[in-house]
Amino acid sequence: MLPIIQLYVFVLAAIVGYQVITRVPPLLHTPLMSATNAISGISLVGSLIAAGSRHNTVSTVLGTVAVVAATINVVGGFLITNRMLKMFQRDGGSGRAPAASAAGAAGDGKRS
Amino acid sequence: MNREYLIEATYLTASVLFIFGLKSLTRPEKARRGIQQAAVGMLLAVIGTLLQQEIIDYRWIALALAVGAVIGYPLGMWVPMTAMPQRIAIALSFGALAATLVGISEYYTALHPHGALQRAAALAHPLSSARAAALGFEVMLGALTVAGSLVAFGKLQEVITGRPITFKGQNFFNLLLFAVTLGALAYVIVHPEREAVFYAMIGLAFLSGLMLVLPIGGADMPVVIALLNSYAGLASSATGFAIGNNVLIICGALDGASGLLLSILMSKAMNRSFSNVLFGAFGSQTQALGTGKSVAGLTVQAIDADDAAMRLGYAKRVIVIPGYGMAVAQAQHQVRELAELIERRGGEVRYAIHPVAGRMPGHMNVLLAEANVPYDRLYDMDEINDQFEETDVALVIGANDVVNPAARSDPQSPIYGMPILNADRSRSVIVLKRGMSAGFAGIENELFYDARTYMLFGDAKASLTKLVTEVKGL
Repeated sequence: MLPIIQLYVFVLAAIVGYQVITRVPPLLHTPLMSATNAISGISLVGSLIAAGSRHNTVSTVLGTVAVVAATINVVGGFLITNRMLKMFQRDGGSGRAPAASAAGAAGDGKRS
Repeated sequence: MNREYLIEATYLTASVLFIFGLKSLTRPEKARRGIQQAAVGMLLAVIGTLLQQEIIDYRWIALALAVGAVIGYPLGMWVPMTAMPQRIAIALSFGALAATLVGISEYYTALHPHGALQRAAALAHPLSSARAAALGFEVMLGALTVAGSLVAFGKLQEVITGRPITFKGQNFFNLLLFAVTLGALAYVIVHPEREAVFYAMIGLAFLSGLMLVLPIGGADMPVVIALLNSYAGLASSATGFAIGNNVLIICGALDGASGLLLSILMSKAMNRSFSNVLFGAFGSQTQALGTGKSVAGLTVQAIDADDAAMRLGYAKRVIVIPGYGMAVAQAQHQVRELAELIERRGGEVRYAIHPVAGRMPGHMNVLLAEANVPYDRLYDMDEINDQFEETDVALVIGANDVVNPAARSDPQSPIYGMPILNADRSRSVIVLKRGMSAGFAGIENELFYDARTYMLFGDAKASLTKLVTEVKGL
């Protein structure tokens, strides 16, 4: 993989990241942090290779520990993000319809 | 050949699902589906990796995956929302640890080829400066983040003191430390074979991480956590550069962008520049500028629960301002109960969330969401700040600096210029506070001494429970 292509990938991904993240409302900043943390568990990919390719003892040991650490993040991260997002219900999660609020509806069109 | 394409296809699919997963976080309704899809992407990437020809021994992998899942499950399902900041901090350290270890493993393998095949490959492609650079950044950022996140965890969990830990000449020492670390990195890039320098650099980076976060106070943790998130992402990207894996590069860039944006947002919300948060040791600044307006000779008006209940029970418009104190007292459920009672009596209750309320971006939001507060009642500072004039009661729960008018009016104050919630513009203010001690910034809050402000002293949860009982009895 040519280094210059990798650089393109990085720059483009950073731009996409900027565009996507700036549109996440402060309401969801905590799930955003736990989601990006869960996604960072993608280092599992590198760890698996290190742990399984039997190059030498050092890399197998380090790789195994890395797999444990990355898996904790993947499993825990997605579970907790899912749990958090379940709580963000319009009706407060109890099935009631939200009380109509004239000031609220008039005051901000964002929340229609 | 086909296997290679299949593996690359899973990586590409994973990348796309991750991007759309994050994008889905723009709307609460679609967010859950999006994240679940991202999880599928992760699964695909893992399966794809396991098919790689390089992997010949699955035993350790199986064991490690099992152990990781067993530890990860309770961290995902059983950690309460009030412990979210700590959990994120420790999760960051795990992620950075994985990146660092992979980097060390790659470096070691490149310099210690095993067997004829590897030795031949090593002779053909010695560890290049470019690859060494990628590995170097990876382990440097990784080690720094591991150390920093552990300290952040310690401060949030209150195992280490939340007060900034400072010593004379600290900034100079830290800068020197960072310079030496970077110097070691540069050396490694020029002379990739000098193993000792590589390992020394890791140690220096770890130390740098410790020294970076130790002097930062608990209240500034939101910025620190976001920044560490960003570094962990960059470490991941560097891993991708080093092992030639695109999905790592992409995820790292997304992570890095997210962390950086959040930390800039947090800094702006405190009206302090980045460098000020990282190197300012907020506490010591207070000594330099004085403690703001003197409140000597001013008195507060204390009220008790039944008076407060009457004010709240007959209010038409209430805005609740939650702060870290609410989190500490774990009072979010009582807040919701009180709000429902007021609404049943015909009042309107909304919540004003300051960007840096709490110990982590979005902290208050998840606490209130956990308490089943409908999220359309939660408003950002900008959305709700001009509505305080129409409000009968501003209910301040465990918040202090975010409602301190000195930020607007007193140029001598350390928090001058920080955007605040306009609680002082509301018709009346009720403050739930344990006592009259100063907030984290260590400065007095003249809102408490205002004629329209009433202090309800006591633990937030206990006070709210009393209020609920009293309002029921109105």
